Amino acid sequence: MPLPEPRGERLAAQGRLPVERVALVDLLDRMLACGVVVAGDVVLSISGIDLVRISLRALLVSVREADAIDGGMRHDGVEE
Amino acid sequence: MPSDEGVYLYAVTRAEEHACPEGLTGVSGLPVRSLAHRGLAALYSLVSLDEFGEERLRRSMEDLSWLEETARGHHRVVEAVARVLPTAPARLVTVYRLEQQLRDLLDERHDGFVAVLSHVAGRSEWAVKAYAEPYESAPADESGPEDDRPGLAYLKRRRAGLHGREAAWRRAATRAEFVHEVLMSVAVEGRLHRAQDPQLSGREELMVLNGAYLVDEDRADEFARVLGDLDGDGVTVELVGPWAPYSFAVLEGEAARGAAP
Repeated sequence: MPLPEPRGERLAAQGRLPVERVALVDLLDRMLACGVVVAGDVVLSISGIDLVRISLRALLVSVREADAIDGGMRHDGVEE
Repeated sequence: MPSDEGVYLYAVTRAEEHACPEGLTGVSGLPVRSLAHRGLAALYSLVSLDEFGEERLRRSMEDLSWLEETARGHHRVVEAVARVLPTAPARLVTVYRLEQQLRDLLDERHDGFVAVLSHVAGRSEWAVKAYAEPYESAPADESGPEDDRPGLAYLKRRRAGLHGREAAWRRAATRAEFVHEVLMSVAVEGRLHRAQDPQLSGREELMVLNGAYLVDEDRADEFARVLGDLDGDGVTVELVGPWAPYSFAVLEGEAARGAAP
């Protein structure tokens, strides 16, 4: 019988996802709310965060459908 | 530079040899360039303002496939650079009119960028989410004259269920606060993002913690272990990372907007 893995190790291993499998919603959490933004010089910068959040909600259905087609892939990219 | 082109900024890093990995492509598959000034380097692409102009962008941001492709292109560049050098990621879709403006940026905000880069050097961001464990409703009350007034019994059960669910959620939220506190004893800095809607998170359970933690690279294993030990007791935890320090690249005087609930 294999020794049970310490939980922390398992968590860490599961955390290391390849770039292309990072969940879009996690990416947007960071990219839209954070990151360096220097107002003033910037011609265009997305500050309409709420606008995007609202759109995301509207678009959820298509995400969920796409996921279903991909087959058993959760949003965080971990295979079930 | 043609007037219909803009400058899409991905990140600022230290001007070193590997600042811009060769063959790297960003948004719209465009090549990534590097502009070095006073020891800093800005990584950017020249983009068409047809695609990244304000008007068009308002529509594009509603288009999930465009948004995803752009976010992934942005992320690819940030990740590639963050693997080798301390990196301050820029917010998604930060577009300047001229390359000269990047030089001005590196000049005017030089000290701020240097401070951010040394703050994130040797550290990574870890995303931690905690979900309230699904609420198990109590088994139906078998005592009492249920047969007489089944409607009332149903209402009672239902009320008890709602009550229990709310209490369970409150317990989970308290537990999540505790999880955050414990993680902060290992992390250098922490930041709470808005909890994701169950539809967005793709999970039925309510998210009670959506945190980002800046952790020293040599304490990453410890951080994961500590979190692992906190799993249970009303919440299920999830760890994703390491990330480039998106949540911690904040220039002094330019507080990040929109993250706090």
